[in-house]
Amino acid sequence: MVFMIPVVLKNLFSRCATRPYPQSPRKLFAGSRGQLVNDAGKCILCGTCARTCPSQCLTVSRKEGLWQYEPFACVFCGVCVEACPTGSLSQLSQWRPAVRERESVVLKVEVKSGEEGKRHRA
Amino acid sequence: MAGTVIPFGPQHPVLPEPLHLNLKIEDEIVISATPAFGYVHRGLEKLADIRDFRQMIQVVERVCGICSMIHALTYCQGLESLMGVEPPPRARFLRVIWSELHRLHSHLLWLGLFADAMGFESLFMQLWKVRERIMDMNEATAGNRVILSVNVIGGVRRDLDPGQTGWILSELAEVEKGIKAMGRTILHDYTVQKRTRGKGVLSREQALELGCVGPMLRSCGVAQDMRLLGYAAYGELDFAPVVERDGDCYARCRVRFAELGQSIDLIRQSIGKLPAGDISVPVKGRPEGEIVARAEQPRGECLYYIKANGGKFLDRLRIRTPTFANIPALTVMLPGIELADVPVVLLSIDPCVSCTER
Repeated sequence: MVFMIPVVLKNLFSRCATRPYPQSPRKLFAGSRGQLVNDAGKCILCGTCARTCPSQCLTVSRKEGLWQYEPFACVFCGVCVEACPTGSLSQLSQWRPAVRERESVVLKVEVKSGEEGKRHRA
Repeated sequence: MAGTVIPFGPQHPVLPEPLHLNLKIEDEIVISATPAFGYVHRGLEKLADIRDFRQMIQVVERVCGICSMIHALTYCQGLESLMGVEPPPRARFLRVIWSELHRLHSHLLWLGLFADAMGFESLFMQLWKVRERIMDMNEATAGNRVILSVNVIGGVRRDLDPGQTGWILSELAEVEKGIKAMGRTILHDYTVQKRTRGKGVLSREQALELGCVGPMLRSCGVAQDMRLLGYAAYGELDFAPVVERDGDCYARCRVRFAELGQSIDLIRQSIGKLPAGDISVPVKGRPEGEIVARAEQPRGECLYYIKANGGKFLDRLRIRTPTFANIPALTVMLPGIELADVPVVLLSIDPCVSCTER
C-alpha cells in the first residue's frame, strides 16, 4: 500500500478523472464508425451492400424500390460503406442512439432509369 | 467422508465470464479441480458454412472481445498465404501497430482485473484509467474501441496520417508515464507479493507437457513467442520475448507488466519505420487448399486451421485459442492451495472464456 499513497493523495487533490456523462458527452472522433445513413438520391438499389454485409442486416428489394436496414442487427463494421459503388451509404461518427422500440429503417428509393442499376449489378 | 466439493462459478464476482470449476476441498485446501465449459458457446466456426470467406473476417473478430484484431489478422494471414497475396509493407507495419495497441489494452485490463481479484481496488482503477487512453487511440485510428475491423485480405482498411502517428506517440508517452507510476506498486508492493508469490507454481516441464502458451509459458522460463516467426512486420523489428523463471502468479504478473513496455517500444519502432505506399492490394479469386495460421495474442499462441475448396464458403474453420491451451494448467496449479487463493490463481492464466468456447 505504501507505494500507492502518493498516487492516492494526488488523486484526492486533482480533478475528477471521469466525465459527468449526460451533461458533458465526450467529443466524437472524426473516424468513428457510428450510425449508417443512406442517401436515397444516390442509391441505385444494386444490392452490393446487402451481399457484402456480414451480419445480413440489409435487404434490398429492387422490385418494390425498398432499401431496408436493421440497426439492431448491424455490427457497424463499415464494409457496406466501402462496397457501395455510388457512395450513397455513409457512416456518421455519432453512435446509434438508444430507443424505446426496435424499428427497422425502410427507405423508398426511386431509381430513375434501369440503365445505371444494371451496370453495377454484376 | 474425505473432501467436500465446492462449485466455483459459473457466476462468481471474480470472473468476468462464466467458467465453472468443481473444487474438491479438504480443510480449506484444494485437492483437485475440474473445469467445465459450455456457457457461452456460440458456434462461430459453424458460421463459415453460411457466410462467405470475406464476411468471416467480421465473424472471427467477434470470437474474442479483447484480442479481436489479432483474430482477424491470423485469419487474413492464413487466407493470404492460401491465395498467394503479399500485403504491402505499409499494411504490415500498420498491423503491428494495431496488434500492439491491442496487447497493451488487454494486458492493462488483465492487470486491473488481477488487482481487483486481490482486493486492490485503487490499483485496478488506476490501471483502467491508463487503459482508457489506448481505447481512445483505437477509436480515433480504427473507428471502434474494441472491434477494430481494420483487416482485409491483402492489407488493412485504414491508414494513419502523420498527425495521427504524432498523436499516438504523444499519447504513448502519457501511457508510459502512467504505467511507470504503477510499476512499483505492481512489482514491489507488500500486498501484491503476499497474494502472488509462490502461488500456483507451474514448472517448466509441466507447462510444456500441458501445452501452455504465451505469458503462461514464458513465466516458466520458455522463450516461446509466435511474433518471432516474423509475421506482419515483426521480422523487421527488434524485440526479445520476456522470460521469467519462477512460474508462479508473481512471475506471470511480471511477464505481462514487462510486455507493456515491450509493446510501447514495438509501436514506436513501427511508427519510426512506417514505409510510404499502399495499404492494401486488390485480391481476386477464391481460396483453395488448407493451411494452419499462427499469431501471438496477448494470451498466447492462436491457431487457425482453414480448409477451402475454391468456393465461396470455407470447408472448415477451426480456431484454437490461447485460453483453451492454458486451462489444463489449472488442474495442476490449483491442488494444494487455499480456497481463498483460487481467484488469484485462476485469473493469473488470463482466462478468456468467450475465446475458448467460440
